[in-house]
Amino acid sequence: MLAVQQISGAGQVLAQRAQLPAIDYGALAPLLVILGAACVAVVVEAFVPRPARWGAQVAVTVLGLAAAGAALGVHLSSGAGGVVTLAGTVAVDGPALFLWGTLLALGLGSALLIADRTVEPGGAFVADAAVRVGTAQDRAQNRAQRAQPGGTTPGGTRAAAAGGHEEMQTEVFPLFLFSLAGMMAFTAANDLLTMFVALEVLSLPLYLMCGLARRRRLLSQEAAVKYFLLGAFASAFFLYGVALLYGYAGSVALADISQASAGTDRSDTLLFGGLAMLVIGLMFKASVGPFHTWTPDVYQGAPTPVTAFMAACTKVAAFGAILRVLHVGFESTSWTWRGVLWGIAIASMVIGAILGLTQTDVKRMIAYSSVAHAGFILVGAMAMTPDGLSGTLFYLLAYGFTTLAAFGVVTLVRDAEGESTHLSQWAGLAKRSPLTAAVFGFLLFALAGIPLTSGFTAKFAVFSAALADGMAPLVVIALVASAVAAFFYLRVVVLMYFSEPAADGPTVSVPGGFTTAAITLGVVVTLLLGVLPSFALDWAALGGFTS
Amino acid sequence: MAGGLLLLTLLLAPLVGGLVVATMRAAPGAAKATALLFALAELVLAGFAWFAFDPGAGRLQLGLSVEWIPAFGARFALGVDGIALVMIALVGVLVPIVMGASWEEKLPEGRTAAGFYSLLLITESMLVGVFAATDVFLFYLFFEVMLVPMYFLIGRFGGPRRQYAAVKFFLYSLFGGLVMLASVVGVFVVSSEQLGQGTFDWATLVTIADDVPESTQMWLFLGFFLAFAIKAPLVPLHTWLPDAGAEAPVGVGVLLVGVLDKVGTFGFLRYCLPLFPDASRRLAPLVLALAVVGIIYGALLAVGQSDLKRFVAYTSVAHFGFIALGIFAFSTQAHAGAVLYMINHGISTGMLFLVVGMVMARGGSRLIADYGGVATLAPVLGGMFLLAGLSSLALPGTNSFVSEFLVLVGSFPRQPVFTIVATCGIILAALYVLWVYQRVMTGPLRGAAVLADGPGAATDPDTARGRAAARFPDLSVREVAVLAPLVALILVLGFYPQPVLDVINPSVTATLSEVGMTDPVTGSGGN
Repeated sequence: MLAVQQISGAGQVLAQRAQLPAIDYGALAPLLVILGAACVAVVVEAFVPRPARWGAQVAVTVLGLAAAGAALGVHLSSGAGGVVTLAGTVAVDGPALFLWGTLLALGLGSALLIADRTVEPGGAFVADAAVRVGTAQDRAQNRAQRAQPGGTTPGGTRAAAAGGHEEMQTEVFPLFLFSLAGMMAFTAANDLLTMFVALEVLSLPLYLMCGLARRRRLLSQEAAVKYFLLGAFASAFFLYGVALLYGYAGSVALADISQASAGTDRSDTLLFGGLAMLVIGLMFKASVGPFHTWTPDVYQGAPTPVTAFMAACTKVAAFGAILRVLHVGFESTSWTWRGVLWGIAIASMVIGAILGLTQTDVKRMIAYSSVAHAGFILVGAMAMTPDGLSGTLFYLLAYGFTTLAAFGVVTLVRDAEGESTHLSQWAGLAKRSPLTAAVFGFLLFALAGIPLTSGFTAKFAVFSAALADGMAPLVVIALVASAVAAFFYLRVVVLMYFSEPAADGPTVSVPGGFTTAAITLGVVVTLLLGVLPSFALDWAALGGFTS
Repeated sequence: MAGGLLLLTLLLAPLVGGLVVATMRAAPGAAKATALLFALAELVLAGFAWFAFDPGAGRLQLGLSVEWIPAFGARFALGVDGIALVMIALVGVLVPIVMGASWEEKLPEGRTAAGFYSLLLITESMLVGVFAATDVFLFYLFFEVMLVPMYFLIGRFGGPRRQYAAVKFFLYSLFGGLVMLASVVGVFVVSSEQLGQGTFDWATLVTIADDVPESTQMWLFLGFFLAFAIKAPLVPLHTWLPDAGAEAPVGVGVLLVGVLDKVGTFGFLRYCLPLFPDASRRLAPLVLALAVVGIIYGALLAVGQSDLKRFVAYTSVAHFGFIALGIFAFSTQAHAGAVLYMINHGISTGMLFLVVGMVMARGGSRLIADYGGVATLAPVLGGMFLLAGLSSLALPGTNSFVSEFLVLVGSFPRQPVFTIVATCGIILAALYVLWVYQRVMTGPLRGAAVLADGPGAATDPDTARGRAAARFPDLSVREVAVLAPLVALILVLGFYPQPVLDVINPSVTATLSEVGMTDPVTGSGGN
């Protein structure tokens, strides 16, 4: 009898759910615009003739980002507070809006880097990276790319490069937009299942993008496969965690889990097991401490514009989700998981700082720096106070722009083989190209957290929140780790400024307008947030989570 | 408000100058002239500030305070007390002298004068900022940013091991600075517990200092102390100074030991003592022990140095011991002596560094053993060396005597043992100064740098002497002009230090009351 009642009850619920839930289109507009732009980009890729494709894709991407930004501005100015919509699965609240704004701005910078085709003729991407360089298929691939109205030069694969722009491989734009939309959904997901879907939407295009490099294709494919396999593992962990938590709370909504964990006699094993699995999945994406092993390889192997996008935006999205999970879902149980996260944060800071010392490749070095920074951000994310939340959000904004610009500079230092990422090749860069060296030096000082850069302001915001929340020992460890990490940033400054240039060192490409714009954006924001950070700090402190 | 604008101008003028000079890469002559012009203008501005300051009025004067980062409670607040004012004046005096001294210095290949002089000006601006900040956050900001131009000055323009020295300097300072950052944040957190609203305003923090529990004070004190002890530098955190001082170009070395290191002792007086009075009193014996060890250890190492620049650096380690002794002895006399010592050390060690630089510019070697009998070739140079040395060993009649005497007399009633040990350092000072003078300047001509052609040439003493004389001309007009102001200051402050004491005394008295101490009654052995 009882069972029948339950089933009929469930049926009623189903019937109710079957009606379309209320949708707040105004709040969701930025996300919908990006998803729409991604679909348009797919259509463009399919139907626009090849010579016009690059222009069309750049236009769609930039306009989409601008329109999403405008929609975000309209929603913000309407003064609507936190909105929970789509039957409680998406929460567009203060942190989500801040992170969306951050993601859109960083996305614009990444899109500019991706769209550049002057630094590397034809862009940094090929259609089929599995084809070996110099084979007949590769020539065909290049010819197809280079098909211009005047026809191709027969047999001349390199000669054609001199005349006009090569056509760029443009699948990367829709992939980029889908990934960005996934990230935005990830930061706003209010239940774990939505979060999982968003995780996949953001990850799958990224796996592909990692394997598209024109130069050093084997490394690029290795990176893509590694990222995919380990990412699949992490997704599985995440999903298993969701399942356990569903078993615990009977719901995947964060608010329900929070309620369920507040004083019940349910099995703590399910709760903590689920949380642990969930956190592992999230930490993987954020490249936090012992779950970072993919980071250096993937950062090194992926085409640098994609690395910039991953380093800046994925970190923002992943920490956005971590913040939401911890603050909304598990605030009441914080005393149980805090110790574990302490350990993870310390591990991340120490691993990043110490292994960073031994790196000889610029991209790997920045990768380890990102592991160390992930530890610092985690320190802020653990402070369950409004200051901790706003400080962490600010840190993500500041770090994103600095690292984006840093990878932008990495794309410029090249020799005949492509980018010169080995540190020894950067010796004496200041003499050959003072401006590039000055910009990179400034960004390194920002990463090291020297005052008057955003890096310092961000560290200050995070550490002061952590100290106020009673985590003094952790803050001291973090500061010591910062001092160690400063050494490897300094090493690059020493190389660029104090060493004599190698005789056959790399040249610095004159950047095209797109890369210049992206680097300028990153540098200006880094300086601005260091000198006058108030506006961003105020915005980050606008509102807490709504669930 | 007008005074505040004056301070703001003092802060910004060299910064603007530095940026202007940085653009003049193609015209080294114009870059130098412009830089010197800015430095002299800064000196004039510092003079204005000196006369605008009224020693009898309130503690912090020429104030300026603007809302900056409300979320952190940080304000852009400037202001000076007597101690900060004399330090800013010292910066103003030394920078033009340093520029004059570096005028004909050969820069390493590929480096431009524009870069060197613009970094000097930027350093000057940061130093003014450190001394003028009255907001702890702003102070910390200048304290850290100051490292960057100095790092480039050492690393780009220094001697053979400049990379090592620059990185060591930067990492030591940064490490100290980051530990201090924890304390800076801690101060803010404590103030928000006490006041309900966190603040970095120095004057406000002083008023709540007594209510903070002693254990908390201890931790916060140690954070600040570590940074300042590295900067000052106290033994055993001093090892970066001989490297940085020896590898830095002479002018930069003068700024480094003359002013930049004073930020450490200034920090003791301005931040450690007033903000953490209980901890300062409790931990004073520890600091005093380090100070006295530094006096003896620095002096012994100075005696044993074979390198002229490292020699000057180690004498500084000994002198910083005296300053720290004066600060942590907690009496008006000792404090006034310590502050005066900070000025005098900048003048006399600065001059010693410059004279040593002039010797090395002629001989091309840093080793003491490569010289001998230089005074017979260049008597004025020899005389300047002797005067700088005598000032450094605190001969009565020179400026340093007054300050060293005040420190020792002021410290004795409360800390007799430490003071007696420190007094032994004076004897060692006489030893290291006079011995170096004897080896480099007096006696017959000798040494590889003087007799460049080696022992074979000695068979014909007249021509060997002629060649040596050609290598060691006496001081040029430029060099005399560079040293003259320092000579004047050494003598004037040696006989009549009262104007400076008048400016610093009110601040010194205020600091002593902030730390909750009174002067010991002489003869009763302290309280």
